[in-house]
Amino acid sequence: MSEKTMSERNTQHDTFTIERRYPVPPRRVFDAFADQTKKAKWFGCIDGWEIAEHTIDFRIGGREVWRGGPPKGTQHRNDTVYHDIVPNERIVWSYTMHVDDRPISVSLTTLELHPAGGGTHLRFVEQGVFLDDYDGAADRVRGTNDLLDNLDRALRQE
Amino acid sequence: MLNYPQLDLVFQALADPTRRDMVERLGRGPQSVSELAAPLDMSLPAVLQHLQVLEASGLVSSEKTGRVRMCRIEPKVMETAESWFAKRREIWERRLDRLGEFLVEEETQRRKARRKR
Repeated sequence: MSEKTMSERNTQHDTFTIERRYPVPPRRVFDAFADQTKKAKWFGCIDGWEIAEHTIDFRIGGREVWRGGPPKGTQHRNDTVYHDIVPNERIVWSYTMHVDDRPISVSLTTLELHPAGGGTHLRFVEQGVFLDDYDGAADRVRGTNDLLDNLDRALRQE
Repeated sequence: MLNYPQLDLVFQALADPTRRDMVERLGRGPQSVSELAAPLDMSLPAVLQHLQVLEASGLVSSEKTGRVRMCRIEPKVMETAESWFAKRREIWERRLDRLGEFLVEEETQRRKARRKR
C-alpha cells in the first residue's frame, strides 16, 4: 500500500435501512444470527471465496471474526462486537472491515425483529464511516471495472 | 446518495454485457451514438434501446448537438454506484435475501421431519 497524501484522505458517513418480511417467527430469524452453523449458511457465501475463519461469541461484549476472500486474492476481515442482545427482538453490533489489513469502514448496526402475522418483519439499520475512498473514485475507468467485477460476482450468486 | 430503486436500475442496466461494454467505452470519454454502435453487432434501434436503459438508470446521459447525439457517463451516479455504502447495502440486501431462503428451507425441513414423526 502506498502512502496517501492529505488530499486522498477522506471520510464518508452514511446510513441505510433495509426491511424484509420472512414467513417464520422471530425466534427462527434470531437463531440464524446467533448460531454460527446457521449464520455460515447465509452470511458470507460468495461463490469461489474461501472462508479462512468464522467464530462467534454471541453474548453482550462478545466478538465475531469473519475472514475470507477469493483464493490467493484480496483478504477481507470483519471484526464484530455485540453491544446489545435481546433474544428474538434486537441485536446491536459494531464492526470494522479490513481489506488486506487496511481498515476501510467502521459501522454500527441495529437489527430489530417484530412479529408480523405469524412471520417476522426485520428492520436493519447501518450507520458508518468509510475511510479514504477505498475504491479510488477519482480513477473512473478502474472504478468502473471494479464495479463490473463486483456485479459479475453478485450475478453469479443468483 | 442514490435511493435504492435508482440503484436497482443501475444494477439492472449493468446486468447486460452489451450495456457493460458501452459503459466501459464511455468510461474512456464521451462518444456519439454511431461511435457507440460501430463495434456492436446489432441494429441501430437495438443500440438505442440499450442506450435508453442506461439513460433511465441515470448512468449515461446524451445530448443532441446538431445532427450528432453525444453520450457520456454521469460520474456522480457512477461514483455512488461504486461507493462503499452502495456496495455495503447491496451486500446486506443479498445477505438478507439468502437469510430468507435459508429460513424457508429450514422451515420446510422442519415440517418434513414433523410429518415423519
